[in-house]
Amino acid sequence: MTPSRRAFATILAKDLRSELRTLQSLPAMALFAVTTFVIFRFGLDRTSLSGDLAAGVLWATLLFAAILGINRLFVAEREEGGFDAIRLAPIDRTALFAAKAAALFTYLLALELFVVPVFALFFLDSAAGLGPLVAVLLLADLGLAATGTLISSMAVHSRARDLLGPLVLLPLSVPLTIAAAGASEPLLALGGPGYEGFGGWLAVLALYDLVFLLVGYAVFDFLLED
Amino acid sequence: MPGIEPSELAISVTDLRRDYGERRALDGVDFALAGGETLLVLGPNGAGKTTLLRVLATLLRPSGGQARVLGCELPREAWRLRGRVGYLGHEPLLYRDLSGRENLRFHADLHGIERGEAERRIGELLADAGMENRAESRVGELSAGMRQRLAICRCVLHEPALLLLDEPDSHLDAEGRELARALIGADESRIRVIVSHDPERFAPEAQQILRLESGGKVVAA
Repeated sequence: MTPSRRAFATILAKDLRSELRTLQSLPAMALFAVTTFVIFRFGLDRTSLSGDLAAGVLWATLLFAAILGINRLFVAEREEGGFDAIRLAPIDRTALFAAKAAALFTYLLALELFVVPVFALFFLDSAAGLGPLVAVLLLADLGLAATGTLISSMAVHSRARDLLGPLVLLPLSVPLTIAAAGASEPLLALGGPGYEGFGGWLAVLALYDLVFLLVGYAVFDFLLED
Repeated sequence: MPGIEPSELAISVTDLRRDYGERRALDGVDFALAGGETLLVLGPNGAGKTTLLRVLATLLRPSGGQARVLGCELPREAWRLRGRVGYLGHEPLLYRDLSGRENLRFHADLHGIERGEAERRIGELLADAGMENRAESRVGELSAGMRQRLAICRCVLHEPALLLLDEPDSHLDAEGRELARALIGADESRIRVIVSHDPERFAPEAQQILRLESGGKVVAA
């Protein structure tokens, strides 16, 4: 295994082990998402949603739930000296970016494994669209993981990190949310899933992922400098 | 990790400066250390002692002057120096939710120490630091003194050629100080830069003493 891959695996394993022990991020994200679904259900006074409204409720909820995890992504590195430890080690620092993005991607997948069925239970008449929705979730999660890791690594150095992270992340994630909602809309349509424009929106999501993964790879080393 | 020859000039610092915005933390620091030597850095709070260590550790970029450490020009060749420095700062650089042993494994992996060798070395260090019985406890559950013992183990785990020690005895009891002396004491195979408020403790081991005053100016070397 190359030093970079080993560092990536080491940091990722450390993060997942810490989260499994402390459950600091995932339960809060899941509770937030379920509570938001309850609010939408009673706020909209609807027992079923479809099409663009269903896609909007799903992606707005997932995005805000993701922010809870993103805010905490680098807290241990900041407060317990992990940044210094990694900067002192003879490793490529982009391994930290890749490991943190992979950890966030894993949190988002775990979150969705729980909350998407809850969403279907609350709002959908049919679960037929959930199969192809997996592709949208995977691509959107990858983009959120890339931008979230990048923004979190910058915001964590500020005392106002809980404010700064969402303020920078939300505008950056607008294209991702539009594309994810656009791809989800025909899948959640009344009367069963359709595929109109589905491929195009997936391509937009893939492009977004590529851009922010490349940006993260290019600038992360610089962000770790004093 | 490659060591250094006792005769080799290990650190050469000339007119080193470091600013935090408008405030100058280090102002024209000069010294040279050969392999196997120890430099003791003394000075009041805010004199720039920790800043000096962080510059030498490549954690801060110098604002001016020249610094050559183990043959690497800083900050240009900082990447070549990483992994050859053992840094013990105010923070132990240990994750509170992991056990002491897990933390040391984490650092061993980052430094590319082969797994079998890492386990052997971690076992030895934990025994030398008197931490065998608490190795599986989470760091967050340990006292400050025990965390300091673990931090010392972390600092020397990868057998660095240069030790940068900021108040290494802080939080340690008498037994801890004795155990620490065995782990980070003078050794011909490495050089040490020690920051301390206790000159009596470290001056006998130091070949050179650097006194800084507020603002990072050198009072005497």
